[in-house]
Amino acid sequence: MARFVLKRLLYMLITLFIITSFTFFLMKLLPGSPFNNEEKLTDQQKFILNEKYGLNDPVPVQYFNYMGNLVKGDMGVSFQYDNRPVSTMIAERIGPSAVLGVEATIIGTIIGLILGIAAALKHNTSIDYLSSLIAVLGISIPSFVFAGVLQYYVGVKLEWLPVALWDGPKYHVLPALSLSVFVIATVARFMRTEMLEVLGQDYITTAKSKGLSNLVVIWKHTIRNALIPVVTILGPLAINLITGTLIIEKIFAVPGLGFQFVSSITLNDYPVIMATTIFYSVCFIIVILIVDILYGVIDPRIRVAGGKG
Amino acid sequence: MKKSKWSLLLTIVLVLSVFLSACSGKKEEKASGDSSSKGGGSKEKVLNLMETSEIPYLDNIMADDQVSLNLANNVYEGLYTLNDKDEPVLSGAAEEPEEKDGGKTWVFKLRDDAVWSNGDPVTANDYVFAWRKAVSKDTATQYSFIYQVAGILNADKILNPEDPMYNKTDKLGIKAIDDHTIEVKFAGPTSAKPYLKAVLSFPTFYPQPEKFVKEQGKQYALEADKALYNGPFALTKWEHEKGWVLEKNDKYWDKKNVKVDKINVNILKDEATRINLFETGKLDRTTISAEYVDQYKDKKDVFSTVPESSVFFLRMNQKNKALANNNIRHAIDMGWDKKQLTDVLLNNGSVPAYFLVPSKFVNGPDGADFREKNGDMNKGDAKKAKEYWEKGLKELGVKKVSLTLLNYDTDTAQKDAQFIKNQLEKNLPGLSLKIKAQPFKQKLKLEENLDYDISYAGWGPDYPDPMTFVDMFVTGGSHNEMNYSNKKYDELIKKASSETDLKKRWEMMQQAEKILIQDDAAISPMYQRGYAFITKSNIKNIHNHSFGGDYSYRDWDVK
Repeated sequence: MARFVLKRLLYMLITLFIITSFTFFLMKLLPGSPFNNEEKLTDQQKFILNEKYGLNDPVPVQYFNYMGNLVKGDMGVSFQYDNRPVSTMIAERIGPSAVLGVEATIIGTIIGLILGIAAALKHNTSIDYLSSLIAVLGISIPSFVFAGVLQYYVGVKLEWLPVALWDGPKYHVLPALSLSVFVIATVARFMRTEMLEVLGQDYITTAKSKGLSNLVVIWKHTIRNALIPVVTILGPLAINLITGTLIIEKIFAVPGLGFQFVSSITLNDYPVIMATTIFYSVCFIIVILIVDILYGVIDPRIRVAGGKG
Repeated sequence: MKKSKWSLLLTIVLVLSVFLSACSGKKEEKASGDSSSKGGGSKEKVLNLMETSEIPYLDNIMADDQVSLNLANNVYEGLYTLNDKDEPVLSGAAEEPEEKDGGKTWVFKLRDDAVWSNGDPVTANDYVFAWRKAVSKDTATQYSFIYQVAGILNADKILNPEDPMYNKTDKLGIKAIDDHTIEVKFAGPTSAKPYLKAVLSFPTFYPQPEKFVKEQGKQYALEADKALYNGPFALTKWEHEKGWVLEKNDKYWDKKNVKVDKINVNILKDEATRINLFETGKLDRTTISAEYVDQYKDKKDVFSTVPESSVFFLRMNQKNKALANNNIRHAIDMGWDKKQLTDVLLNNGSVPAYFLVPSKFVNGPDGADFREKNGDMNKGDAKKAKEYWEKGLKELGVKKVSLTLLNYDTDTAQKDAQFIKNQLEKNLPGLSLKIKAQPFKQKLKLEENLDYDISYAGWGPDYPDPMTFVDMFVTGGSHNEMNYSNKKYDELIKKASSETDLKKRWEMMQQAEKILIQDDAAISPMYQRGYAFITKSNIKNIHNHSFGGDYSYRDWDVK
């Protein structure tokens, strides 16, 4: 197990190096400068500004400078927000995004699992159809539509919950619900399909014929086996939510990271583009590792220590 | 064994939920604290406002965007400030300057009761320090050019990388005579710059407390408590990406005239959210776009429109053979209905433009608006446009012209461009116009390289004078970007720049505008931008500045 994790960590570093380098050169292909009043700057001003931020150097020099600083843990300062260190900016914004993402993932997974399991067990009944309908709606209707509807009816019309802003638990409810809809739908769909497949397996018949109670068969033999694909999709899904979602954060005025991902690119804020990309990649790679480890926990047949891993 | 693994999972979930509830618990305390203080102080006047972005710069010298400039205008103070008629009035300066050297030197007496929020006096040295910082290459603020606009002695040399005086900031024309007196030297006669005092009200000219700034080093102005304030308000809380709080500055010399006690600002990027918050009473004022205007425009107590000083126009690149033809340009300028664009599509208080210098922007030496004399130009109709068009086609010897319209990639600009395309193609037979929407940075690049035919562009003033508009199109100018060249126009701009007879200067600028639009139809003006607002009816004395920070909250009141 330790050897497996170590090997994976090494691969992670290589992957990160490739992503970082690739992003750096790709980013340099973007037109324009990182300065927001670009259309008004004179050539002299552009020269002075570029000099300050080291943008007059040839791109390879900039690359080595950047990588050198990165190794030392310095991700640079934002062009867009004064001289604010990019690492501080991410640290300040990841909190709300992560809280919201975890909440949405938990709500979504629990409801999704219940729906999926119920649908499979009551295959071809109204419960199954209802669950499938919810799943289809949840996947096909974008989350901002739910957000808009929830905000207007629950927030403005009924005044049960705050319309937006981020000042305490009750402010989390609507954004977390809006975000969880997609999770519910995805999890329910996968769970139902997997459950149905597992239920048709020989070992279920064997288990039943051995005289095990229905509950034990479902709990120990069906759900557990059906969970594996769900765990696979849940990892990346959770990362997407935890690192911030532009639209839901925008609608509910959540001070999260989602906006930075997008605005840094349109504004050519190079250090922020790099930092958010690296941050996202690290999260993603770690989650993939965790998912791989979790496989073994759920299904002992998958042995991470041996074979190709 | 298996059970222990499940319990591990359970533990993780439990730990997470504890962590989450801990986080939320803290926030709840804060929230309830806020509301109790609101309820407790019944006389406290509180404004709930919004911005669409985080504060990019709390450092007034770095400020180069609307959010930062507006904040700087309210938490700091310079020699002058703009009043509710956009006239510069004394604030940090105690009296109007004493003029020397035939007006090339101004000596300012500073207020001796002006202090920073830590109690230190605002001294002459704070001005010298700040001004030198503003023109330094290490600061590299985008607004350094405003020192050239003001004509401060040596500013242009200090800011020119090719000049021997480059970055020698101590050569800048400012000197502290004593603790409360500064001497400002100008490169030319100040009488040629009637807008000079208004320019000095711009945040890039505000003082900074040298000792404090140096102590803070790189941390200066990165947090609310990492800056000192000498304006009517102080920034007391700043939660990044969420919002901030301004409170009346206790140490401000004129605090008795500041009516509002506290301003909560939330960052709200989504328009529907802003409207919903306004409807539930959580927000006092917001801009609204065309789609909401109809919903609110009959509610007279909350709805208002404010014209702004930005003008949008179609650039016509004369590198294109067809657009180099004067008649073709006139035809394009007259070939579409500007009023329909502003009234139906924009619907937000924008007015159709038949000019370059906006109306209600600046008054001349005679006290009259710049627009009064030149009025509307090229206000033709479809019939007249067609005449010009046919004449133009004849001169070119062609029957068909196809052009591309370079556009912003926003939704509203797309609708505008589509409208113009339909109008022009209908009114000018033989024209086909293709719309090419590009991301903003890419659009700028194409314009700079003259790699377009027609482009949807705009310009906002850098200082309160028509010159900021009319000097854009001089031959070879960096903002020309359409290969326009007219010797007579160039001559007028050059002369006007140094003319000390203000009346003559004014007339020259008006003549230049006439050449640009009436004679040459170099651009096709589209509209002067306006904003539609909804504001709670109990908020009074709101005024939008046409230059610098948008608002002066010290004038606002809550009834």
